[in-house]
Amino acid sequence: MLRKLLEHLKPTTPGTFPGGMYPPEHKITATSPISQCPLPPVLILPLKQHIGETCTPLVDVGDSVLLGQKIAKSQGYVSASIHASSSGKVVKIEEHPIPHPSGMGRPCIFIEPDGKDTPDESLEPMPDYRNTEPSTIRERIRICGIVGLGGAVFPSFIKMVRDQRNPIDTVILNGIECEPYLTNDHRLMLEKSEEILRGMDIIMHAVNAKHGIIAIEDNKLDAVEGIRKALTEMHGIDTCNIEVRVLPTRYPQGSEKQLIYALTGREIPAGRLPLHIGLLCQNVGTANAVHNAVCLGRSLTERIITVSGDAVPQPGNVCARIGTPVPFLFARHGLHDMDDVHVIHGGPMMGERLSKLDVPVVKSTNGLLAMKRDTFYSEQAVEEPCIRCGHCVEVCPSGLVPNELAWHCRNDQFDRGQEYDLFDCIECGCCSYVCPSHIPLVHYFRYAKGQVAKIEKEQEFARISKIRSGARDNRLAREQAERAARRSRAKQQHKAASADKAETAGKSETKPAAKETQNTNENNEEEST
Amino acid sequence: MGILAAILSLGGVALAAGIVLAIASRVFHVEGDPMVGKIDAILPQTQCGQCGYPGCKPYAEAVTRGEADVNHCVPGGERAMLAIADLMGVEPKQVEEEPAPPMLAFIREDECIGCTLCIKACPVDAIIGAPKQYHTVIEDHCTGCTLCVEPCPVNCIDMVLKPEVLEEWTWSAPGTHKKIETGNKHAA
Repeated sequence: MLRKLLEHLKPTTPGTFPGGMYPPEHKITATSPISQCPLPPVLILPLKQHIGETCTPLVDVGDSVLLGQKIAKSQGYVSASIHASSSGKVVKIEEHPIPHPSGMGRPCIFIEPDGKDTPDESLEPMPDYRNTEPSTIRERIRICGIVGLGGAVFPSFIKMVRDQRNPIDTVILNGIECEPYLTNDHRLMLEKSEEILRGMDIIMHAVNAKHGIIAIEDNKLDAVEGIRKALTEMHGIDTCNIEVRVLPTRYPQGSEKQLIYALTGREIPAGRLPLHIGLLCQNVGTANAVHNAVCLGRSLTERIITVSGDAVPQPGNVCARIGTPVPFLFARHGLHDMDDVHVIHGGPMMGERLSKLDVPVVKSTNGLLAMKRDTFYSEQAVEEPCIRCGHCVEVCPSGLVPNELAWHCRNDQFDRGQEYDLFDCIECGCCSYVCPSHIPLVHYFRYAKGQVAKIEKEQEFARISKIRSGARDNRLAREQAERAARRSRAKQQHKAASADKAETAGKSETKPAAKETQNTNENNEEEST
Repeated sequence: MGILAAILSLGGVALAAGIVLAIASRVFHVEGDPMVGKIDAILPQTQCGQCGYPGCKPYAEAVTRGEADVNHCVPGGERAMLAIADLMGVEPKQVEEEPAPPMLAFIREDECIGCTLCIKACPVDAIIGAPKQYHTVIEDHCTGCTLCVEPCPVNCIDMVLKPEVLEEWTWSAPGTHKKIETGNKHAA
């Protein structure tokens, strides 16, 4: 009886998360296998493709590089090195547009491939990773420039800390891929299931985790099947601790916090990381990259991209080298005329529209969607007043009140916005999607977040300016005081000297002259100091 | 008798409270007007003198004394004006001039004669150099106040627009991003 009662009291995992919605999937590329993108005529590698500090180049114009050679060094702790994605020659290092909503540029290394793909074999493969020090594995992952390939591009080695206070007990592999259109993780799970599981085992060994969960949504049951099959066939892995969990399809389940809630029923406190509650979450693509780095000694030089959208004649999944120009990639899929086409970098919900198309593929490029101009704008209508229907509140996965929040952001009341937890917004786009008044809510939140950061920066600049101007005022005051003191001292000395002179005038002729010169010398010295 | 007790007890309480207040006013004494510091913290510290006072702090003092209006800080713009008006408890007033885009001083070094006049004029010590040597501006500390332009005898200082960098880019408010529409066509 008591046992039965206790069974009921056991925390059950919710299986999903609060809020969210179900947008049309449009996963038209789910059945197209990953193809290899050929070598482009030029590879453009931005010096920053991750969250953190910009890298410094290690090569000069004219240098020959090998495939996988490190060409830019990470700076500081939060940073990831950049590697040449083919062998060839460095032709120039200059600013070039990168995939960013601003359309602005960053310094990039341009490589002209020689077509030979001569690999850099300086990194030894470590197939026997289970008997390797975890710190060595972590260092390998750092050297290979691996970042989170789900889209956030946070350097992976930082998450993989072995901390005594926060031991990681479960590693979660994120195979949710909740964004419409995107199928790159889906295809990767089907085609590289063994590599992904191997990568997961490496991560589990590196952080000493006991359990592993692979989370997949129920719209990818073939991937679930594939992973389960690979699990039974794997050798050298303790597969009993690895579990495949199927979750009901719901957007934005792939977001780290939402996924962790759906799997464990635990919430990450605001401003904390999963690691603080003993969890580590990695994308399946990252696990594959970790496998390549540790077992094969390959750095991160390519990634899987979904090329899709209604303007692409032959949509598909493609494995492209980092640095491949986006127009080249689209041309491979039959899209040559880029007029009247809008390109989204990433998924349609959270991705950003490219204002310039002449950009390279970077580590964060999980999807490139080319949309016809008409499709792009047919859904967009003029912003109308809020009718307080509350749909946005229902769908917000972070439990915010988007309509109230947007009201404050629109009126530049950023303090009030922060009281409404502006910075807990994950910019998933659910509220904008469901709004019947077409209010671009997420755009308001992005604007407000940017303004808050800008104001903070200005305040910091003002603080430094104040210190500098205060120091200058003090210095000027001190100099003035010193000058005044010098003047009064000189005056006194002059007085004393003239009195002396008058006194000794009658006694001797030579002495006072000498004294006077001495006095003037003293005066001069003081003036010069 | 009853009335005497009441007077004595109330008087005693008043005396005790008075002593406590007297001690507190000594212990927690604040030098200067705290309002000056509060207003000064709102001001952008460009020390540009556009308000008619020699720097941000003198303007803050003038506002506190009631000599100056709250709307004279041009670089601070509407945000600073509203914050000051709120602090002073007065009606907000329109700032007359639009704040200029962020600028930086730039010295054309081959024309510089090394007279040090600009160094002396800079309110935040953001120009370095020595007599008869080229001077240069420390970009990170230049507030764009333009005070160095006037003293230069050879007119070799330009005010240039602060270059936009990707790290400082932020989303513009919805409905104000028309630039992208034309940008795409141009790039394609």
